[in-house]
Amino acid sequence: MNHLPLIIKREYLTKIRNKSFIVMTFLSPLIFVGIFALVAYLSSLNNDTVRKISVLDESGLFLEDFSSTPHLQYKMLSDTNLEDAKKEAETEEVYGLLYIPKTGDLEGLSKEITFYSEDSPSLSLMGDINDMLESKVNTLKLKESGIDSETIKELHINISANQETFKGKETSKLGSGLKLAFGGAAGYLLFMFIIIYGNMIMRSVIEEKTSRVIEVIISSVKPRVLLLGKIFGTTLAGITQFVVWVVLILVLMTVVTSVFGIDPSAGSPSQQVLENSVNGGTQQILNDVMIEINNLPIANLIIMFLLFFVGGYLLYASLYASVGAAVDSETDTQQFMMPILMPLILAVYVGFFTVIDNPHGTVSQVFSYIPFTSPVVMLMRIPFGVPLWQQIVSVVILFASFIAMVWFAAKIYRVGILMYGKKPTYKEIFKWLKY
Amino acid sequence: MDKLLVVNNVSKIYGDYKALNNVSIEVEKGSIFGLLGPNGAGKTTLIRIINQITMPDTGSVILDGEPLKPHHIKYIGYLPEERGLYKTMKVGEQALYLAQLKGLTKQEAKERLKYWFDRLEIGDWWDKKIQELSKGMAQKIQFVVTVLHKPKLLIFDEPFSGFDPINANLIKDEILNLRDEGATVIFSTHRMESVEEMCDHIALIHKSNKILDGKLVDIKRQYRNNTYEIGLITPNHTATSASLKERFEIFPATFKSINDELQYKIKIPDSVSPNDFVSYLTSLGQLTHFVEVVPSASDIFIETIQKN
Repeated sequence: MNHLPLIIKREYLTKIRNKSFIVMTFLSPLIFVGIFALVAYLSSLNNDTVRKISVLDESGLFLEDFSSTPHLQYKMLSDTNLEDAKKEAETEEVYGLLYIPKTGDLEGLSKEITFYSEDSPSLSLMGDINDMLESKVNTLKLKESGIDSETIKELHINISANQETFKGKETSKLGSGLKLAFGGAAGYLLFMFIIIYGNMIMRSVIEEKTSRVIEVIISSVKPRVLLLGKIFGTTLAGITQFVVWVVLILVLMTVVTSVFGIDPSAGSPSQQVLENSVNGGTQQILNDVMIEINNLPIANLIIMFLLFFVGGYLLYASLYASVGAAVDSETDTQQFMMPILMPLILAVYVGFFTVIDNPHGTVSQVFSYIPFTSPVVMLMRIPFGVPLWQQIVSVVILFASFIAMVWFAAKIYRVGILMYGKKPTYKEIFKWLKY
Repeated sequence: MDKLLVVNNVSKIYGDYKALNNVSIEVEKGSIFGLLGPNGAGKTTLIRIINQITMPDTGSVILDGEPLKPHHIKYIGYLPEERGLYKTMKVGEQALYLAQLKGLTKQEAKERLKYWFDRLEIGDWWDKKIQELSKGMAQKIQFVVTVLHKPKLLIFDEPFSGFDPINANLIKDEILNLRDEGATVIFSTHRMESVEEMCDHIALIHKSNKILDGKLVDIKRQYRNNTYEIGLITPNHTATSASLKERFEIFPATFKSINDELQYKIKIPDSVSPNDFVSYLTSLGQLTHFVEVVPSASDIFIETIQKN
């Protein structure tokens, strides 16, 4: 085993000195931030256009309800008829003309209002105008029936049932959402990490075969040690790249947002409206979130996240390593890729459908012990409260499977060397295990 | 003499295929042992067992008096037939890495590498990547890496493939030199002339079985068959040929000569001594050439394989 640090060091240095690795490490964040900046820039271009809309209100009911915003200007027309207004709208290059005729009653009015424009108008704009007209007409209608709209507002009661466990712990919808978000993010991160770096390990295992250095190495080192060294070395290189990515993206984002003056949290106008409407409540929501986060078992989550992330990654890495051990060249690996990704995809599905529905149901429980799915499923369950012994059993199973998987890969590797140029089938690999 | 390596009744089965069947060999300390056999005979399997790449199904391997154990890898230097180096790694780094895997410290490895690189005049390759070197150059590095940790047992599988004649000679001299310094060498090759030149002892493996084993000179003695190459100047070549044909088995022979003479390979019966044969020949004319035909390693190889 004293060769392990030596092998890890070589694998790590070889990986991080590789030119394409270096290029990707620095290029990826640039591309990522570049695309982000481009999207932000394009949407800000879109927001800069000012839409002018002429309004001809013959009913006179809505005169005070049209208020202009920076992106939308209303021009109230008077002393003109529809035909003239249309002509004028066309020559003046306004976005459209809203025509509200004078009718006997409100029902009639609601069917007669028309919007004239050059092309089909934007959906969101029409939605906004319709909403505004509708609420005004409804208020008027209520008044007509002799009901004061203020009274209705006062009578309205919002219901949001309090949630509490039998042990008296308060739970809330917001809390559930947060728990899901945490589990989902963890699962997604693991998923990405495996897909990006799993292949790298596989290629690294094939390297000795293609360069034919394998017999020299294998006469000095046990295949198990070699594979472990490769898995750890490549993983370290992967973590290095990941950290560089995160740091670079954060730095670049800060630079980009400050240079271009883009506020990344600024969303669509409707979101702004929403925020404005609950402006007083924002602080309240923030407080709620903080309270919920404090309610989560933070220490437990972080420790388990690290254990499951590392264990899950190592297990899948060793799966990729066994594929590398079984084949002679990368082109032969295709048939083995699907079976590797299937359990991972299954884990994500189980996580997002079953765990959300019932975090402690039988299905969720079973999948949180199976090593190929437990990293995702268990991580999603933990925020909802899982007894410690269950977590420990699951982690132990996970790491034991990792060791078993490396042993399995080493076995295949040892035999794979002796069979140069033979394309392995599953049947063949099964036979190799018995050698 | 002491045995460095003893292989006892080793068998190895892959699936339904028997790669080695009860093979035993003994390699003396300080000798060069030729492991011969046609392609697919089982030589590489035997070599891999000695290197602990695979384990024998039955039988045992004793190295220097001890059953083979994992720590023995540092006493063995192995140059496999299928060989290569990490293509994108620099020569020096790679040599250091491989040497350290064999148990040398970085410092030791550096000193010995300097010695070998100077000796083979390849010092200025240190910072080059393997992929920038020619095949022969890479082979030289590989040779250095194989012998760097001063192994007691050196195993070379086709060591000269990929070398030009000059470098092949250089490597041959280095191998002989290492033997003189006390190393024991197992040598597997199809180049019979190098077997002839270098090996003290040979074993022939055919279809998973050992069919011949012994000192090269003993085997040659065993395979000689009283055949002599002669050159004879006579007054009448035709008449002499006829009378020779009557008494002996004769075969045509050609060797370089400044004389115009009869040239034959003649097999004499066991009852006739070489001395009597010579006196008979001199009675026929002037004897210019008389050499015993010793079977070459190549002849022995082909003859033994065909017999089995």
